[in-house]
Amino acid sequence: MSKRQYAFYPGCSSQKGASASNFVTSIQMMCEKLGVQLNEIPDWNCCGASIGYGEGGELPRLVLNARNLALAEQHLPGQDMVSGCPACWLSTRETAERLNKFDDLMAEANEALKEAGLNLKGSVKARHIVEVLIEDVGFAEMRQAVVKPLQDLKIAGYVGCQTNRPFGITGESFENPLYLDKMIETVGAEAVSSYDQKVTCCGGALAFSEPDKSQKQIRDIVESAYDHGAEMIVTPCQLCQANVEVYQSEINKKQGTQFNMPVVYYSQLMTVAYGGGVKQAGLDGHIIQPKKLQDIAGK
Amino acid sequence: MNDLNRQAIANYKNDFLREVEERVEDGDWVRMCMQCGVCAGSCPLGNAWEHTPQKLFMMIRAGKREEVLSSDSMWMCTSCYNCIVRCPRKLPITHIMHGLAHYAHKLNMAPKGQPTRDIAKLFWDNLVKTGRVNELKFSLAMYFKDGFMQGIRNALAMQAVGMGLVKAKRLNPMEILGGHKCKDQGGIHRMIAKARAIEAHKKG
Ligand code: SF4
Ligand code: SF4
Ligand code: SF4
Ligand code: SF4
Repeated sequence: MSKRQYAFYPGCSSQKGASASNFVTSIQMMCEKLGVQLNEIPDWNCCGASIGYGEGGELPRLVLNARNLALAEQHLPGQDMVSGCPACWLSTRETAERLNKFDDLMAEANEALKEAGLNLKGSVKARHIVEVLIEDVGFAEMRQAVVKPLQDLKIAGYVGCQTNRPFGITGESFENPLYLDKMIETVGAEAVSSYDQKVTCCGGALAFSEPDKSQKQIRDIVESAYDHGAEMIVTPCQLCQANVEVYQSEINKKQGTQFNMPVVYYSQLMTVAYGGGVKQAGLDGHIIQPKKLQDIAGK
Repeated sequence: MNDLNRQAIANYKNDFLREVEERVEDGDWVRMCMQCGVCAGSCPLGNAWEHTPQKLFMMIRAGKREEVLSSDSMWMCTSCYNCIVRCPRKLPITHIMHGLAHYAHKLNMAPKGQPTRDIAKLFWDNLVKTGRVNELKFSLAMYFKDGFMQGIRNALAMQAVGMGLVKAKRLNPMEILGGHKCKDQGGIHRMIAKARAIEAHKKG
């Protein structure tokens, strides 16, 4: 089978030694098993994330993203640009759509890009890895690759905001998207279908600047998972993963809760179901140990 | 008052709506708001907003320049995009909130010491320097933004979290010596400078 080729935009948090490095580890085996090849965009830069606006303003932010699009266009022609980080995906897709829609913005972006020796035609499509899995690979192929079904594992699928809004996955609703639950079931686990915090915002980048207000959000997200009998939370979002896992100990300290709910990526579930070990699934990179998943991976 | 602010006041007299339409990102949408109130109930940190997006739009139309630009509210936006998908008039509310925050920051009318404002600036400065965000330097800068002693206190409070990340190999202490960066930093700096110049020329 010839592999499906994509221009890959990892984003800052997925670099080696950064907060979502275990995410990248886990997508490697998942992609290999599904015949997906991710070709890293040479010399990519940060997208500006969702708080870049404060100092950055409009054009500088668009131009940062235009540089990545231009690099993909030039070095990996004909390939869709794919990111795993929802914030990256959003910034890139928004930029591509705005520049393609407004000729004056495109001209201004290219004037700035010229300073970096680049030019953007606007032919690249910005997609999320989840779109590649659902639309290009499909649930049937995802299921076929399973060698170790994750039986007896009850999981709350936490979609969060930015994978879901404003673009979302085609065909899914904003209030109750079903694809993450379907992915959980595809690998043989049980999805908590009544999980009511599925699309709640975790506070995003404001977890740093407004910790108390964000931790209230995180508390709801974790509490509801417990209330519905979930053994772990699964998410497609790097910042969600970090926020929801990392701050549980803070919430325990301040509010006397006893949270200890593992939070993993969908890609880690899939890697384990596809036969990957603890290391291949990046399961050695957690602060709250996903014990049950580690046990299955180690078997 | 900074020059930009003085110049904007002279330029727009009392027409704040026109000022927003011409100078704030996606500000030309404000006129389209029909005050239905749907967005007002959409913000996750809603009870921390003194002025909901709906209210801010009303205040802009009523010419309340000082109150809008010095408001703390748009800095409470988590970029969750709840409002965008719900607004019956399809206003890009998230972008307008970002645009207002940026404009208020540029005119130096945004509240001093507003934590998201400070962090947004640190974040941008950090990323523009090397092209990529260095999480360790970013977190250190964040802890020490209120001065040295408060920095030590902040860092100690979050020490368990930080050490947990280091142990899990998700925060690299060696990053302080360099860490991730782009090769073409010169090109990125020139490109951003150019983009800023174009925007300044266009939006005063
Ligand atoms: S969203 Fe975060 S991780 Fe993604 S590139 Fe931007 S800053 Fe870096
Ligand atoms: S849920 Fe949180 S981290 Fe995830 S996209 Fe929303 S704000 Fe960002
Ligand atoms: S939802 Fe839209 S139309 Fe309604 S008040 Fe908010 S911005 Fe205005
Ligand atoms: S994106 Fe911002 S303005 Fe819109 S609902 Fe979320 S927090 Fe409120």
